[in-house]
Amino acid sequence: MALPQAKQDQLAARIAGLSFAREGWLGAARGEALARLSAMGLPARRDEYWRYTDPTSLTAVEAPAAKVFVADDESPVFDAIDRVKIVFRDGVFDPAASDDLKLAGVEIERLARAGGAHIHWARDVYGVLEARGQVPVQRPLAALNSAFATDGVLIRVTGKAAKPVSLIYVHESETSDAILHHCVKVDSGAEITILENGPAAARFSKVMEVEVAEGGRFHHVRAQGRDHERRAVTHIFARLGAGALFKSFTLTANGVLTRNEAVIELAGDEAVAHVAGAAVGDGAFHHDDTVFVTHAAERCESRQVFKKVLKNGAVGVFQGKILVKPGAQKTDGYQISQSLLLDEDSQFLAKPELEIYADDVKCSHGSTSGAIDEVALFYLRSRGVPERAAQSLLVLAFLAEAIAEIDDEAIAEDIRSRLEGWLARHER
Amino acid sequence: MLEIKNLHVKLEEEDKQILKGVDLTVKAGEVHAIMGPNGSGKSTLSYVLAGREGYEVTEGSARLAGEELLEMEPEERAAAGLFLAFQYPVEIPGVGNMTFLRTAVNAQRKARGEEEMSAGDFLKVVREKAKKLKIDAEMLKRPVNVGFSGGEKKRNEILQMAMLEPKMCILDETDSGLDVDAMKLVSDGVNALRDEGRAFLVITHYQRLLDHIRPDVVHIMAAGRIIKTGGPELALEVEHNGYADILAEVQ
Ligand SMILES: Nc1ncnc2c1ncn2[C@@H]1O[C@H](COP(=O)(O)OP(=O)(O)O)[C@@H](O)[C@H]1O
Ligand SMILES: [Mg+2]
Repeated sequence: MALPQAKQDQLAARIAGLSFAREGWLGAARGEALARLSAMGLPARRDEYWRYTDPTSLTAVEAPAAKVFVADDESPVFDAIDRVKIVFRDGVFDPAASDDLKLAGVEIERLARAGGAHIHWARDVYGVLEARGQVPVQRPLAALNSAFATDGVLIRVTGKAAKPVSLIYVHESETSDAILHHCVKVDSGAEITILENGPAAARFSKVMEVEVAEGGRFHHVRAQGRDHERRAVTHIFARLGAGALFKSFTLTANGVLTRNEAVIELAGDEAVAHVAGAAVGDGAFHHDDTVFVTHAAERCESRQVFKKVLKNGAVGVFQGKILVKPGAQKTDGYQISQSLLLDEDSQFLAKPELEIYADDVKCSHGSTSGAIDEVALFYLRSRGVPERAAQSLLVLAFLAEAIAEIDDEAIAEDIRSRLEGWLARHER
Repeated sequence: MLEIKNLHVKLEEEDKQILKGVDLTVKAGEVHAIMGPNGSGKSTLSYVLAGREGYEVTEGSARLAGEELLEMEPEERAAAGLFLAFQYPVEIPGVGNMTFLRTAVNAQRKARGEEEMSAGDFLKVVREKAKKLKIDAEMLKRPVNVGFSGGEKKRNEILQMAMLEPKMCILDETDSGLDVDAMKLVSDGVNALRDEGRAFLVITHYQRLLDHIRPDVVHIMAAGRIIKTGGPELALEVEHNGYADILAEVQ
């Protein structure tokens, strides 16, 4: 079906200024992505999948300006973690600030460098997982990213990575509009941790495609930066082979608009996927977690744990689905989305869904929205804990189940201390 | 130590007067017991002293070591030396018992301008005190009161009291739901803390507890007032005859 003229025009205007390289394997992948995008058009508020989050500022030709925030009151996140740093400044690779892209057990290349070749392992990943993720729900902004990403990293994990690979996104220009695309391929039995942090740009589009082969292990922890006015739309597409492990945790503090999509396919038996998020927002904050987990094999386990702390009119959204395909017996699926509303101005919109086509499965989901427990608060205060500290303890307790999804204790502690810092700064 | 004068309290949300002029003075070193029928206002009295919201003091005062309690925040009352062992201890999922205890101890020390306890010292002290109350390491690690039995919750209250070393301890039906052994543990815990500088107000229905924790003074509370005050023999009278005689006598 041809797209209505208005939608065609809107798309043409949006992509007119974007760079599109036709060379090499990447050029071919981009061409396919552009075809997908052209068939879908850009998302609109009336689309079912965008009912709770207005995509207008994400589809606009110009990125709305966003002030740069200088977080000089705490050390940068992951600072104490030994890692290979790869820095992008408003979406542009910064070689001086980055480490050598060398790590035992891992091959790291930049997309902008590797794209021109005729053949590359990433050809089987780039745009491929994204394309699979377009069914049954369309994700045009991910296709746009695949077509027009200016850079990114291609990470091939062949062994046990000696340390995490850390992607650092610096935001310096008030009008920057960055599009990055990463591919990660974890070979059979290999293991890696990917860290991501920073606000990246005034408007940031990022796709990460992750293929985890049999028995491979992928860990991902990200902190989206403290800039108040930045906007971001991110997608992570993952496909897991038999016995593979995928764990992703995201901390979001501040940001005027964030849409984080995770699309995960458990394709091999006994694969395990956990995706979790802790979001804390005060005031102009709209945070959307949209998750789609497909169980396509037997005895797989999936967990979705999303917690949001909202105040002063902040809005949280959760759209999460577990799809259990025919034959995916002994599926163990769990989903929880909860919000803690610190006042009556904030709101949480949740759409949890289960769609099950196998008979021998265990799936549970729950969604709650509540205020701070006044009785617990009084109990803590009656023992001498000052009100603000007591409240922080209870908020951290509320977030604990999401933070517990981070396996590495040092990283978890770092994330916890960020949350403590945020809570201390946002006491009123 | 604790001086309550003509205390009148109503519910904030409703026009319901609960305490109708309570007078009570507990001196340092003394143990007072309050007995009385259900609904007479015993828990309300303890909550109001600890600073729980939802109540409105319409008249009267309550001083702790000369300081007006009713104007302080709950945490300030705690730092000033007040402790309430709750009738229904609160479960707090996600907050470790140990974290809770340490945060509380150090918050009070900080509020009093004292040095915070180091992690090592704290651990040593808490282990020793927990052992006396038969609280094992596993219970210390678990979230506050979550999955604790009724008796474990009450022992946990006493552990908190032992760690915080308050000047004025109020125990609200700490004995209810305890078996004989647990009652002994709790009483021993309380007795270990008895000294010249500390006072206790023990709310109970039963003589049983008062066999272990010998009170100096016993008060009977009914319909928001202390209607009779006497020695330990008053508790025995209640044990034998119930409240009916005393209520009739007062009316
Ligand atoms: N928060 C409250 N809301 C409604 N009624 C209350 C509240 N607190 C106390 N009351 C009422 O006040 C009276 C005294 O209760 P309480 O202090 O718990 O008595 P006791 O501890 O002596 O059994 C009872 O009638 C009780 O229902
Ligand atoms: Mg009571």
